[in-house]
This record gives sequence, C-alpha cells and structure tokens, in this order.
Amino acid sequence: MTKLTDLTLADALAGLDNKDFTSVELTQDYVTAVAASDAINAYTTQTPDRALDMAAAADAARAAGTAGPLAGIPLAIKDLYCTEGVLTTASSHILDGFTPAYESTVTSNLWRDGAVMLGKVSLDEFAMGSSNETSFYGAVENPWRAGDGKSRVPGGSSGGSAAAVAAQLAVAATGTDTGGSIRQPASFCGLVGIKPTYGRCSRWGVIAFASSLDQAGPITRSVKDAAIMLGSMAGYDAKDSTSIDTAVPDYASALTGDIRGLRIGIPKEYRLDDAPAEILALWDKGVEWLKDAGAEIVDISLPHTKYALPTYYIVAPAEASSNLARYDGVKYGLRVPGDSLDGMYENTRAEGFGDEVTRRILIGTYVLSAGYYDAYYLKAQKVRSLIAQDFEKAYASCDAILTPTAPSAAFSPGENADDPISMYLNDVFTVPASLAGLPGISIPAGLSSEGLPLGLQLLGKPFDEETVLKVAGVLEEAAGFTARPSNWWQGEGA
Amino acid sequence: MTVDKNTVARIAHLARIKVPDEALEPITGDLNNILAWVEQLSEVNTDDVEPMTSVVHARLPQRQDGVNDGNKRDAVLKNAPETEQGFFAVPKVIE
Repeated sequence: MTKLTDLTLADALAGLDNKDFTSVELTQDYVTAVAASDAINAYTTQTPDRALDMAAAADAARAAGTAGPLAGIPLAIKDLYCTEGVLTTASSHILDGFTPAYESTVTSNLWRDGAVMLGKVSLDEFAMGSSNETSFYGAVENPWRAGDGKSRVPGGSSGGSAAAVAAQLAVAATGTDTGGSIRQPASFCGLVGIKPTYGRCSRWGVIAFASSLDQAGPITRSVKDAAIMLGSMAGYDAKDSTSIDTAVPDYASALTGDIRGLRIGIPKEYRLDDAPAEILALWDKGVEWLKDAGAEIVDISLPHTKYALPTYYIVAPAEASSNLARYDGVKYGLRVPGDSLDGMYENTRAEGFGDEVTRRILIGTYVLSAGYYDAYYLKAQKVRSLIAQDFEKAYASCDAILTPTAPSAAFSPGENADDPISMYLNDVFTVPASLAGLPGISIPAGLSSEGLPLGLQLLGKPFDEETVLKVAGVLEEAAGFTARPSNWWQGEGA
Repeated sequence: MTVDKNTVARIAHLARIKVPDEALEPITGDLNNILAWVEQLSEVNTDDVEPMTSVVHARLPQRQDGVNDGNKRDAVLKNAPETEQGFFAVPKVIE
C-alpha cells in the first residue's frame, strides 16, 4: 500500500475529501517521520503538538463543510518566516531565542486556508548560500545520494525545505528566493519550486535579506501542488508596500496541458561553454518535449546575462548590509557584552554572524560607502536596468523562456566552500530573472550520470505565473520523472 | 579597485562587526577577489541608462496618515536581551 507520506498535495487533498484518511492520521505519519529524521537535519524546530491540533481543527472544518483549500495538509515552513510563538532563527546564532509576537502574512494565508505546520526548516544563514552549509544549526543532508553513496548538499538557501519535501518529512514547504533559493534546491532534490513575480507574495514577516529581490514561493512534489499552494500564499497585503494589488488567478485551472502555439524562447547566452554536456543534453530534450507538444521554439538573446551575477553580488550585499543593521543585541536575539555600546554591538555581531554573512555585510557596506557608491552600487543598478530590458525585448517574441536551472547536479559538502565565487556561480541561470523580478519555476526533468536529479527552468512574463505553470505541467508530463531517493536515513527495514 | 587591511578594518567598524587582527588578512583577500570579479561591470556602457529603482512598474500605494496599530509595548520588548521599566536597556552611553 502507498504510504500516506508518499502522496502529493493534490492527492492528499483528494484522499481527505474522499474520507480515505483524516488529517490527524496524515499528520501523525509525518510527525513520526520527522521525529526520526535527525540524519537529514532539515528541521530546526518541530511543532508536533501544534500540528496535531491544527490537523484536528482541519478535520472538524471538513466535517462541517467549512474546509479551506489546504485544509489538513502538513507543511514545513522555512525558518525565515516569522511564526507567532514559535522560535524563528533564520539559521543564525544572532537570532538566538527569537520568538516572534506576530505571524508573517504568507504563513497567515496558509493557516487561513487550513494548512498544518509541522515545524520550521533550516536554511543557509539569513538565506545567504547555495548549499545550506552556512546554517548555524549544521548542514542539511540531501536525501538523494549519488551512486558512490556519499553525501550531497540539498542546495540553498531553501535547503531544509527541499530536503524535507524530498525525504517525505512534509507534503510541501515554503521557500524564499532571492537569487535562486527556491529553484536551485528544488532542482537538487528532484522537486518543483516556483518563485512568483516580485510583488505577488507579501514579504511582511519574512526576515529580510535583499528586499528588492526577496520573494516567497512553494517547494512541492508536482506542478499542480505548486499551483495550489502558490494560490494560497499569494495576494495583496497592505503591510508590504511592494505587494501588488491584483487578483490571484486560480493557478490550478491554468494546467490545461495545451501549449499549442505558445512561443518558447531559448536564450543563446545560457549555453555556457563550460556547462556539463548532460545539462545541455537535458536542455535540448526539454526543447524537443515542448516542440512535440505543439509549442513554437524561438531563438532569443539576453545579451547582458554574463553581468547578472556580478550585478547581483553588489545589489544583494548592499541591501543585506542595510537590512541586517537591525541585529545589534538590543531588540532581540544574542547579546555579547562589551566595554561600551559600540563594543557591545561589535562583539554581538562578530559572534552572531557566520563567515558568509559577515563577508556580504562588509562587501555591502563598502559598495555603499562614501566615494564608492557611484562606482559600484549605482553602476550595478544601471546594469540591472539593462538586464531587465533584455527580458522585456525578448518577451516581444516569446511567451516563456526555457533554460537549465543550475549548472550542475547536487555537489558534495565542502566542494565550493573555499571559494565564495565558485559557490556564487551556482546561481548563474536563476539570478537574471531575480534581478528582473520575473516568475520562474524549476521542474525535475532527468537524472545525472551519477543518478542525481537535474532540473529545467521556465521563466515567464511579469505576473504571468499561469503560462509558466501551464508549460511546466507539459514538461513534467513529458519528463515523467518518477525516481525517488532510497530512504537510507530511516535505517534498515523502515 | 582593491582594498587593504586598513580599509577592511574601517569598513568592519562602519558595519559594527569586530574583526580580530589575524582575520583581517584572509577577509581582505576574499573581498579583493570579489571586487576584482565584479569589476567586469565597467565594460558595460551605462551612459544613458537609468538605475533600476523599482522592480515592478507600479505606483507606491498611499494610505491615510493615521494611527492603525500600537499599544504593544510588552510584545515589542518581549524578545529583548535586557529591559528596564518598559524600555530597552543598553550599556551606559553618557558619562
């Protein structure tokens, strides 16, 4: 018999509607699995009692005919979302003991719709990283292992979210994406991850990294799951002035499977000379799948692509250095005494921030400092305009864009640890759309020669998540990705 | 452009992060690698380009200039490492 924890979100909803099982039963299976998942290290905080209470409430609502669209679905929440009364750490030492007195808008929306919280999941510290190795609470293991049986990273920064969904420790999870932090871990863990258009989901109550780039989105087991969950997460919020007041479509109904006549752009600049052959081959396969489904393939050019990463690594640290100024040992979290107020600030921040966060704050402080602002920050904001204009021009001749999600499959722990720039290159395909604020999704499309998942990315026009999801649904169907990791973390016979 | 150890020490002070002397050297190396890498942006002609200041083309919403929240002193102070009589407490700053 299929285990309840194998089900997609859509199938779990159908099973609940059909009274095949209750949310309490489904949630109990997840609570048990989470409690036995130390080897994955995805969860920073488990909330089993709250989960079972929420599940019972969802069952009652279903019996009363008042169930919301996600009633009874157990989720993992990235530990960057503030959750009222539940420890929220951003995987940083500096937020020791921080228990918000308020709930983020996105998680409020999920609870409004009946979802169940299993707990909070790990991330790269303050969402800065592509491997989940910079978490203060330790690295997260990818449930997928290559043929050699050795560890792989789950990607990042939403590495705990992706590992939890792939290891059947949650039906789905929230992530956040600043430069690829939903799409790259989804790709590394064989999952679907969508970053909607900037402004689609409220950022209120999500701990800020780079405010002009941060965007919430789901990591799920299928495109349909992503459509359903994004529908609950999205929506206008007066508390986020960059949230856009436009109706949220019924995303699931966009999954018609009919992409005949849609124009799919293939950007030549993404065909990197040093990209692995299997990544390029998978991309070609994706083109064929869409062509077979009746889409028109269009060659496009995004000429400023190579400048996207250096632009990002000025803009994002600049915003981070400003946002993270609030961690000063006064209002919440860690305080390390000093011989003066400044000494207390300096000691607290030295001990509280890890190496990568410190590096980015220093870079950001430098590029915003007097005398360097024009040369770095202003220059980067101008190049950012050119990158956004590249997409605007390309969308005159296509409806969506197909690319690989990441330049490799999941890599080994420590592989990129000594050289920050080699780690940054992981986001080469995801960062340009982040700078332009565009929606993007990663779909599991095949396995590497080592047996690790590889993803393809689809990008869309602003606020056109529907086309992105529709094309993604066709890719998902064609790819027929059914591989699953062996459950080594549960031990023999589990 | 490159930075030297003194500049890094100055930036670290601006950012209020204590960096011990022995850590200045490796951090200076890291920052110079990153700065050399972002230097490639100077190839791009941006003479008549406006900097991007908002990601989506939308007018910022306005609201009534009125009180819509408040009276949450205890909630605001709840996570503070040290409070005194309803205030955040910090080391003495006035002699």
